Amino acid sequence: MWSTQNSQLGAPSSDAFPVAAVTNDHNLKTTQSHRYSSGGQKSKSLRLVAPMWNGTRGIHRLGGAVVPEGNQKKERKMLQFLNNHFYDVEALRGYLLQREMSKVHLKNRSFTWLEEQHGPYSAGAFFILKQGGAVKFRDKEWIRPDKYGHFSPEFWNFREVPVEAVDASDCEINYEGLDNLLLLKELQSLSLQRCPHVDDWCLSRLYPLADSLQELSLAGCPRVSERGLACLHHLQNLRRLDISDLPAVSNPGLTQILVEEMLPNCQVVGVDWAEGLKLGPEEQPQDTASPVPA
Amino acid sequence: MVKKSSMAAAAEELGPAPGIQAAIAAASCCAKRGTRHTSGPGNPLNALPLGKLGALPISARGRAGLTYLKASQWRVGAGLGGAPGEVTGRQPPIAWGGGALRATGQLARSSEWRLVRSSDRWDNSEAAVRLSEGAGLRGAMIRRVLPHGLGRGLLTRRPGTRRGGFSLDWDGKVSEIKKKIKSILPGTPCDVLPDTSHLPPEHSDVVVVGGGVLGLSVAYWLKQLENRRGGMRVLVVERDHTYSQASTGLSVGGICQQFSLPENIQLSLFSASFLRNINEYLAVTNAPPLDLQFNPSGYLLLASEKDAAAMESNVKVQKQEGAKVCLMSPDQLRNKFPWINTEGVALASYGMENEGWFDPWCLLHGLRQKLMSMGVFFCQGEVTRFVTSSQRMMTTDDEMVTLKSIHEVHVKMDHSLEYQPVECAIVINAAGAWSAQIAALAGIGKGPPGTLQGTKLPVEPRKRYVYVWHCPQGPGLETPLVADTSGAYFRREGLGSNYLGGRSPAEEEEPDPANLEVDHDFFQEKVWPHLALRVPAFETLKVQTAWAGYYDYNTFDQNGVVGPHPLVVNMYFATGFSGHGLQQAPGVGRAVAEMILEGSFQTIDLSPFLFNRFYLGEKTQENNIM
Repeated sequence: MWSTQNSQLGAPSSDAFPVAAVTNDHNLKTTQSHRYSSGGQKSKSLRLVAPMWNGTRGIHRLGGAVVPEGNQKKERKMLQFLNNHFYDVEALRGYLLQREMSKVHLKNRSFTWLEEQHGPYSAGAFFILKQGGAVKFRDKEWIRPDKYGHFSPEFWNFREVPVEAVDASDCEINYEGLDNLLLLKELQSLSLQRCPHVDDWCLSRLYPLADSLQELSLAGCPRVSERGLACLHHLQNLRRLDISDLPAVSNPGLTQILVEEMLPNCQVVGVDWAEGLKLGPEEQPQDTASPVPA
Repeated sequence: MVKKSSMAAAAEELGPAPGIQAAIAAASCCAKRGTRHTSGPGNPLNALPLGKLGALPISARGRAGLTYLKASQWRVGAGLGGAPGEVTGRQPPIAWGGGALRATGQLARSSEWRLVRSSDRWDNSEAAVRLSEGAGLRGAMIRRVLPHGLGRGLLTRRPGTRRGGFSLDWDGKVSEIKKKIKSILPGTPCDVLPDTSHLPPEHSDVVVVGGGVLGLSVAYWLKQLENRRGGMRVLVVERDHTYSQASTGLSVGGICQQFSLPENIQLSLFSASFLRNINEYLAVTNAPPLDLQFNPSGYLLLASEKDAAAMESNVKVQKQEGAKVCLMSPDQLRNKFPWINTEGVALASYGMENEGWFDPWCLLHGLRQKLMSMGVFFCQGEVTRFVTSSQRMMTTDDEMVTLKSIHEVHVKMDHSLEYQPVECAIVINAAGAWSAQIAALAGIGKGPPGTLQGTKLPVEPRKRYVYVWHCPQGPGLETPLVADTSGAYFRREGLGSNYLGGRSPAEEEEPDPANLEVDHDFFQEKVWPHLALRVPAFETLKVQTAWAGYYDYNTFDQNGVVGPHPLVVNMYFATGFSGHGLQQAPGVGRAVAEMILEGSFQTIDLSPFLFNRFYLGEKTQENNIM
């Protein structure tokens, strides 16, 4: 119907959109010499793979949550410069980013067949163990994968034994992976410390565990904010909630107070309620308010 | 390595679309200089086998690029000995760059050919080695031409000239050439042609009228679902680049699945998953990830006795479609939310997942950023005219019908009479509250009433107020967006006991949509009493601020209009969502893009939302409008 021309022009618009733009502070003169020798470029691009990896992981972190230091910062600046001036670099980075995201998706696929075969508890436990977390069945010991990722297959026999505790620290669980975690209906203790992909959407999915969950730890999750913490009010049986070290929470002290109000039977640890409060003029600097006994 | 145009790279943090090389740079360079955006023949630079030519850079400017390609032929044909015969014989390399580079103008080409001819008897290997960049290239070539030409008898050698030099005003010539090159360098102002950088291109495949969230969503999905990269040129025309009256920015930003129509529920579900994975959909390299500030606190709809049955059936439909909604009795309500006064409430429906509110500006900004990186054109201007061509055709029932198609859009610039006619193939009406005006420009509704020609687009702007108040003893962090039986709604805003809310006025008390002035008496008389009744803590509150925004209100049945017009065959609607456009924008955008690209709805079937229903009188009524 329309003409089949494929010319595509990426003309940036000149109208001002009311958002602060990141400025590139380099002066590009075309008299600058290109790096045109293919041999030299190849070796440079190979070297770029390693710092690029940090770059792509950096995209997933919230801005400000991780500050690149020294050498990494220089490499990242160089990477950004190359990205802005060479289509190949931009396409390659886009491809690597897509690949990393699809890896996370692969890790979080649903094990419905396993659930049919071995029951929900074993399937859920397998998911956690595969991610690198630890699982504790009722009246049994903790099952942890060793440093090679291997774990003992004894839990396949525990068809009827519910899982009591899950330690999913540093695992790459995301919203889809929670499908598998929510199979564990009688979970009592869940630890999601430092999970990079657990965000507010994931927290809104935890309400099916309301009857049994007594302990929850979200320490160090970079994407959890106070808006996600607001959906934890479904978990009325919660007795211990750890919300320390959440970089995305804007006002930790106030959030702690509001969460405590929201969950009256729960002990909320991690944040000093006096944090963020300014000392009055009559108080001496070294006499800081004693922390509320957690 | 393929170098991007320095201008494109430095102009904003993103740079142009990846994967399309020199032609973009060259042509965008020309664009800045105001040359016509002539749509040249197909430019299959996508599959350019650059590997064959090594990692040599294609210079940003067309001329030098063409020269480079010529030289490459020499390099390739070096073994066959003798450049001239090969130059004309090789078709593909010319076609690569020549197609788009032809757009740089005849002058360039003729000078190129001159250069080639003058260097007929070059030594091929030397030509290959010296390829660096344009300026140096030209200088290098000229310096190489003349001595060789001298040696080969092109120019006679005069007595008294220095060996290896050319004394006929050599320095003058060099400075002249340097000046010429400087004037062509991107980034330097060239006052030969008038500056047309604020005008839209002269040709565009798709013109999206309206740069709000719906328009940008349609543009995004068109680019996402097109068959080949760069296969479609999309232009987004927005009248107000500050978005001061746009419904998107002034919206409360809620998303919920509690509708009565299955299509609405599916649209909201898809939009929720879009927002959840927004950093995968709208990923731009080097840009920080988007933070939508999404509050997953859910919606709580309260129903009185007479609405309870309808609510129950609605919840059944919602659960069937996959929304996570549960019904609550007044007792359960009191248990969960002790601050609610359940007087007059018979039933409540509470959305547990995928419901809440978010920051619409962030979505708008993310879409815009992604679109700029995908190569969508943006223009600030107003659409003032559609130039259509008509065709009389006979239907199968032997009726004469006039089909119109828009082939030109006139975009007028702000504060001036200047306008640009844009030739287009498809027009998308996503103008929100002003969609009816755009439709009238295309002649929709001009005809005897009661006929299809006379059916107007029944979308009009309706003003709605939103008030922000502070109440220190108000409901806590777990408060969902509560919609009362009276239609009043409120939600928390931030951590500091601020709330915002409003109420849709009754039909007879609709405020005048001529401006966005706020009526504070409306809050005092019509909103606060209901809020105070429902939440006793709101008896003492202090209004901090308020604003007003438009609903693109569909007076027919309060549901969106999606799809093509039956008579104006290339105008597609994506408007009229009466207050829930923001939460359905990703789904609607995808549906319109599928309609355009495939001819029918592929994922979510929005046939109940087509324009025909206005003529046929079939209402797809949505009951849960706030």
